[in-house]
Amino acid sequence: MTFTHILNSKKIRFSAVLAFILVFVSLNVSSRAQEAAPHTLADTTFSSTVESDAHIAGTEHTEGDGEHEKFDPTSAIMEHIADSHYWHLWGHTSLPLPVILFTDKGAEVFSSSQFHHGEQAYQGKHYTYKLIEDKIFAVNSGGEIDKSASSNVYDFSITKNVAAIWLAVILLILIFTSVSRAYKKREGMAPKGFQSLIEPVILFVRDEIAKPNIGYKYNKFMPLLLTMFFFIWINNLLGLFPLFPGGANVTGNIFMTFVLAFITLLVTNLNGNKYYWKHILLPDVPWWLYPIMIPVEIIGVISKPFALMIRLYANISAGHIIVLSLISLIFIFKSLAIAPVSVAFVLFMDVLELLVAFLQAFIFTMLTALFIGTAVDEHAHH
Amino acid sequence: MEELFEGILNHHLGFVVWATVAFLLLLILLKTFAWKPILGAIHERERSIENALESARMAKEEMQSLISENDALLKEARAERDLILKEAKELKDKMIAEAKSTAQAEGAKMLEKAQAEIDSQKAAAVAEIKGQVAELSLQIAEKVLRQQMADKSKQEALVSDLLQDVKLN
Repeated sequence: MTFTHILNSKKIRFSAVLAFILVFVSLNVSSRAQEAAPHTLADTTFSSTVESDAHIAGTEHTEGDGEHEKFDPTSAIMEHIADSHYWHLWGHTSLPLPVILFTDKGAEVFSSSQFHHGEQAYQGKHYTYKLIEDKIFAVNSGGEIDKSASSNVYDFSITKNVAAIWLAVILLILIFTSVSRAYKKREGMAPKGFQSLIEPVILFVRDEIAKPNIGYKYNKFMPLLLTMFFFIWINNLLGLFPLFPGGANVTGNIFMTFVLAFITLLVTNLNGNKYYWKHILLPDVPWWLYPIMIPVEIIGVISKPFALMIRLYANISAGHIIVLSLISLIFIFKSLAIAPVSVAFVLFMDVLELLVAFLQAFIFTMLTALFIGTAVDEHAHH
Repeated sequence: MEELFEGILNHHLGFVVWATVAFLLLLILLKTFAWKPILGAIHERERSIENALESARMAKEEMQSLISENDALLKEARAERDLILKEAKELKDKMIAEAKSTAQAEGAKMLEKAQAEIDSQKAAAVAEIKGQVAELSLQIAEKVLRQQMADKSKQEALVSDLLQDVKLN
């Protein structure tokens, strides 16, 4: 399962250079085109689209009072997979979560129930806040977004995803401290009960992920790889569970995968030995190719974890979107008869997602191990 | 492009910070309270299993060598026994042969002695008989002589006859 030879093949490298140059050229062209076009035009088109959107939304809302509200699957699905300041429990009941804001005038803490699901603005100590599309903005007295004030408000709320992360953290600590206790109690004996369920997975991470990819230095990276693997896996599984303690889309959140991939980037490069850096900064090519090769290698350093970030985010989000789309079919057709079909497909997808949950945790961890392996490899490849 | 990233820090920096803090905290806690003891215990157990297997292998080898040693010893003992038996047999044969030859020699000697004795006895008997014959002859001759002294010619013929007979003996 080594893909390094693909990444290192000359053909790929040169096509990357070509692509980079093309992107550069096209960016140049487009920026020149923008300069040529009057700024006002771009601004007006954008604001007009926003206004028209708002207008449509408004009309829909007024219509909704009288007859059946029209079902919009896209917004419903996006709402479900996005982060939120509430944790939906059932029906119209949701758990309000604490809002923590850092502004230029000081910090504020209050409950998200103050927003009444975005219907009301909340008068804080420093600004008036309003929840728009589940994002907090500072608003002026007229209820309009105050852009300059909003840019000074940093949202550090315990959102649904943050709460889900902490839940996963607590679960993992409870699970693994109990397993650890079992090891202490049954020292030198065969594993038993829950311990014997976990041990093969730990051995799998060690023998199938760390050892073959990193080599004899694997021991140093085992805690990171194990934590990553189990953290991603448990969050994937909790994300599949539709009721309260689950249902958050943590690993399908690009900021979460960004954090994980950034840790991979840091660990890989902080552990890079001289061969790794020589490969990047002084590759074995004629010197006149350096202006192309060095940027390419540096892009390679960044693109590897970037691919990790996108892969996990896209896989988990896609799974959630498919399940939600299948459920939405019932509401689109407005027929209960479609429900068995939907449920059957959802069941199938959920089982598939169970596999994907494991697979994505495995792939993320394995590629992290692979990148670390190339960084700590003792001999030069080429 | 700008619209996409507008307010990204305002709305998402908090999540990134929380996620990082949570993950790092999890990493540190699990590292100290779970991974180190668990991996240590697994490693320890693997090593003990390896040791046990190794010692079992060594015990087996030792047993093998012991068995082969035993075999060699047994073989040696058997060979020695065979050798001793062979030697004893040889000795026995030799002794029997020796005894036989001694007995034979002794017997022969005794026979010889007996023969010699017989010979000497026979010689003595013959000599004695000769003496007695001579004495008897003399007595006969005396008697004859006493009876027939009248006839001188007859005397002389008789003496010559007698002498002739004696000589023949």
